[in-house]
Amino acid sequence: MAERSENGEGAAGEVDFVARLRAGDEAAYAELVRAQGGRMLAVARRLLRSDDDAADAVQEAFVSAFRAIASFEGGARLSTWLHRIVVNAALMKLRTRSRRPEVSIDELLPKFYEDGHHVDEPSEWKSPSQLDALERQETRNLVREQIDRLPADYRTVLMLRDIEGLDTKETAELLGVTPNAAKIRLHRARLALRGLLDPHMRARGAL
Amino acid sequence: MNCRECTDFLIDYLNGDLPAAQQRVFEGHLELCPPCLTYLESYRATLALGELVRDEPSEPLPDAMVHAILSARALKPESN
Repeated sequence: MAERSENGEGAAGEVDFVARLRAGDEAAYAELVRAQGGRMLAVARRLLRSDDDAADAVQEAFVSAFRAIASFEGGARLSTWLHRIVVNAALMKLRTRSRRPEVSIDELLPKFYEDGHHVDEPSEWKSPSQLDALERQETRNLVREQIDRLPADYRTVLMLRDIEGLDTKETAELLGVTPNAAKIRLHRARLALRGLLDPHMRARGAL
Repeated sequence: MNCRECTDFLIDYLNGDLPAAQQRVFEGHLELCPPCLTYLESYRATLALGELVRDEPSEPLPDAMVHAILSARALKPESN
């Protein structure tokens, strides 16, 4: 079963599974799509925020993966490799989208007086670890909405690093910028997101 | 170090990338500046909230999509 061979943490099982794919085993391809497709669709939906575009990205990602399976190197997990491919497919789609009017990142960053002190005194937040199940779902939706308010370049870097878990080097390569530029953009994106979440996350405020 | 500079260094501090001398100055500022400590905690919480989005359970791929993907493969015999 794909669930066991692909997700069962068995390196030997995965080697056998990849061998079946390389041999053109149709059942293995069906197992792969069923085992990994749901997660890949979730990734594409998070990045694209459109079910139709996400479905296209997943299909394109699988077609790319099927073509490239001969070059898959065992150094990475198959699931990790597919994750990178669907992220790339989603980014290609994002680049073809016309940009909507967006707020300047400067308006979302924290403000300081000339002497360097905070203009708005930071408030304590409710701890994310204290959220119950319902609050977690509500908060997850809230965070998604606020991420979508970030300017596109900042939203993308934050999605790649903090949501999809890519490292700075991979993120920089995908965005065509230096690792230092990716880090600076990420930091500004986090500061902006913190500011957008602040009115909702204050310890005494309602979610 | 002032609050603006402290904010600039947050990402390096949390990555463990600050040189030792700079880290001492940074932590010295936090000890004296409750607003910056509060800000640091909310920056950390922002990262934790990102994990909440990442950890959302995924649903199985709809059958129609599975079939469409496998059909696309069947159309490309060179893909073996």
